[in-house]
Amino acid sequence: MSELRQIAFYGKGGIGKSTTSQNTLAAMCHYYGKKILIVGCDPKADSTRLILHEKAQNTIMQLASEAGSVEDLELEDVCKPGAAEFNPDENDITDGYIMCTESGGPEPGVGCAGRGVITAINFLEEEGAYDDDLDFVSYDVLGDVVCGGFAMPIREGKAQEIYIVMSGEMMAMYAANNISKGILKYANTGGVRLAGLICNARMTDREYDLAKQLAKAIGTQLIHFVPRSNHVQRAELRRMTVVEFSPKSDQALEYKELARKIIANDLKVIPKPLEMDDLEALLMEFGLEDGADEAIVGQKEEDIAS
Amino acid sequence: MLEKLEEEVIEEVLKAYPAKAAKKRSKHLGVDSPEKIKGACDSVKSNKQSVPGVMSQRGCAYAGSKGVVWGPVKDMIHISHGPIGCGQYSRGGRRNYYKGVTGIDSFVSMNFSSDFTEKDIVFGGDKKLKTLLREVDELFPLNNGITIQSECPIGLIGDDIQAVAKAYKKESSKPAIAVSCEGFRGVSQSLGHHLANDTFRDEIMDDVSARAGFEPTPYDVTIMGDYNIGGDAWSTRLLLEEIGLRVVSQWTGDASYKEMAIAPKSKLNLLHCYRSMNYLARHMEQEFGIPWMEYNFFGPTKTTQSLRKIAEFFGEEIQAKAEEVIAKYTKMTDEVIAKYKPKLEGKKVMLYIGGLRPRHVIGAYEDLGMEIIGTGYEFGHGDDYKRTKEDLKRATLIYDDANEYELEQFVKKLRPDLVAAGVKEKYVFQKMGLPFRQMHSWDYSGPYHGYDAFAIFARDMDLAINSPVWSHTKAPWEKNQELGA
Repeated sequence: MSELRQIAFYGKGGIGKSTTSQNTLAAMCHYYGKKILIVGCDPKADSTRLILHEKAQNTIMQLASEAGSVEDLELEDVCKPGAAEFNPDENDITDGYIMCTESGGPEPGVGCAGRGVITAINFLEEEGAYDDDLDFVSYDVLGDVVCGGFAMPIREGKAQEIYIVMSGEMMAMYAANNISKGILKYANTGGVRLAGLICNARMTDREYDLAKQLAKAIGTQLIHFVPRSNHVQRAELRRMTVVEFSPKSDQALEYKELARKIIANDLKVIPKPLEMDDLEALLMEFGLEDGADEAIVGQKEEDIAS
Repeated sequence: MLEKLEEEVIEEVLKAYPAKAAKKRSKHLGVDSPEKIKGACDSVKSNKQSVPGVMSQRGCAYAGSKGVVWGPVKDMIHISHGPIGCGQYSRGGRRNYYKGVTGIDSFVSMNFSSDFTEKDIVFGGDKKLKTLLREVDELFPLNNGITIQSECPIGLIGDDIQAVAKAYKKESSKPAIAVSCEGFRGVSQSLGHHLANDTFRDEIMDDVSARAGFEPTPYDVTIMGDYNIGGDAWSTRLLLEEIGLRVVSQWTGDASYKEMAIAPKSKLNLLHCYRSMNYLARHMEQEFGIPWMEYNFFGPTKTTQSLRKIAEFFGEEIQAKAEEVIAKYTKMTDEVIAKYKPKLEGKKVMLYIGGLRPRHVIGAYEDLGMEIIGTGYEFGHGDDYKRTKEDLKRATLIYDDANEYELEQFVKKLRPDLVAAGVKEKYVFQKMGLPFRQMHSWDYSGPYHGYDAFAIFARDMDLAINSPVWSHTKAPWEKNQELGA
């Protein structure tokens, strides 16, 4: 068997990170028989919902809080097998499987979610959750790299390949650039590398060009451009991934292609994040309007007409 | 000669630092003497961030609020809010004496902690705090209020302890006061003093109901900035009462909530530790029109000067009584001086203390004929150094926020007969074979405030310096060298 690869999905909040990661990981399991552990690093604990067919009820921090401390937990308490075809005992469709765990954390506005991520990951490592059978461990991390806790998955010995989920919207690109800075910081102390951007399309104008150009500018690849599709929402409503809900659909094949590229990916780089000015210039160049430059900053729509 | 030596040692010490650190530290070191114009007392930088990498002797804001200012208030329960270490390792170290039954109506030497664990950090500790407040009231119903003293993590995770305190105050109708004195705030314990003063101002000064039945006299005074270490505030109080004043409130040595709430009714605020309580003295002057006066009860000379100054404020009757008291005690202190001065005269002393004593104890040593050749503050500000100038008698090495290395070098070069500093310095110098006295905790002795206490002070210094143990501390090879020399 091949060596365990640890990957992580980062990206701006609300970009469709958890949906994209679960659909992609499901495809890796469904079509390529990969054995995967998902570590959800988000207090919302929704990184495994589509795989489990339900929201994870027992997060590591929740159980630790009830038991007294994290030392009182057993791995079986917090690691749940995926539903249906993703269960290790279910081999009709695929030999692969997906195990799910969620770090969990406080309700919004209190406590320290970052510390929760650190505690949870340490627990998983100490308890030997990363066993030899696994092909992939995948971390799904909340929003931006806001503090040390959310950088935990990219520290030494953790995720080595980072996939940034983004779109052609400005704020998503700012976030992608920011996450690259986080990766750069840890790239020299540990071995973390940027493995590519995944564009979860919003279908804004020239989105593909913009995403491709940003990837090039920070030294990586646009690994896949995932088109928008109602299949995703229809599957989500059923708490399923697209590959499980409709394995023959075009959208499922998009995820299959993304899965293939990730499995075969050998382009892992130390990113070169852009300065703010360069990023703004890039947005100007590939933005919605042709021929836009510094002159339009602060200009109102009514002024453009005249 | 001494001045030259002092300037040399500063130069030597700075050589060990990298250029940037040397530049920074050079601004905190200097020499001053009574003749010097714009000497070190006027020019040293203070109340600045310590240079990274040096062994600063400072404490933190939590130490300033919980440890120094709030801690001695005896009938309130002070919760160290956060992980267990800060509360447990700061417990009882200050020797704040108090009258009362511990665990029933007084709580100073007890440790109350919310004992934060990992899950409290992740999920927040407000709920736990609420439960803790209720439990504390249930177990210790005679407490007169609770304060919540923040440790570092509280500020990091953003718990809203002010809101918890406010809600609990309403629920219990007793004072519940939250102090955001996280240790990482500010550059030393000094900010903690200030934050504690601010909560006094906001939470106690306004409590008019607590002083409703108070009957004033023209001779009511408040002692401020005396934490009753080894009984200091008690000996101060006795002396003030003897000259005809009535001490209505002590801040905060052996203090109760109620007497603190009475303070706005006093006629004069007497401020001993200027550094830790000038903020409140100024506030009470502005808000209630109460004048304040600094005084110094270390050693007979300063005590007599201070008593005369205080008596002058209250007029002839008190002045006459003060003179009687001064005459009575001077006889006694003259005897103390006659006994100890011959054994201590000319002995050189280096001081390194917190925010008041680096200047206030100078007079007491001089009464015994001893000489101060170096002094410095852990966390003094510019106004403290300016006030130090008046107490200098000769060329004196001045060091602000000195670190272990610097102190060791200074002592090696200047060769004092006694080092008087804190517990962190104590064993370094004792192991060098030097007499040492702790000037924070009085080395389990005291009190040192007032006339009676001077006898104890003089005895302690004599014990330290003239103890026969020092003749046995020389290493064998050094003894041989001496024989040969």
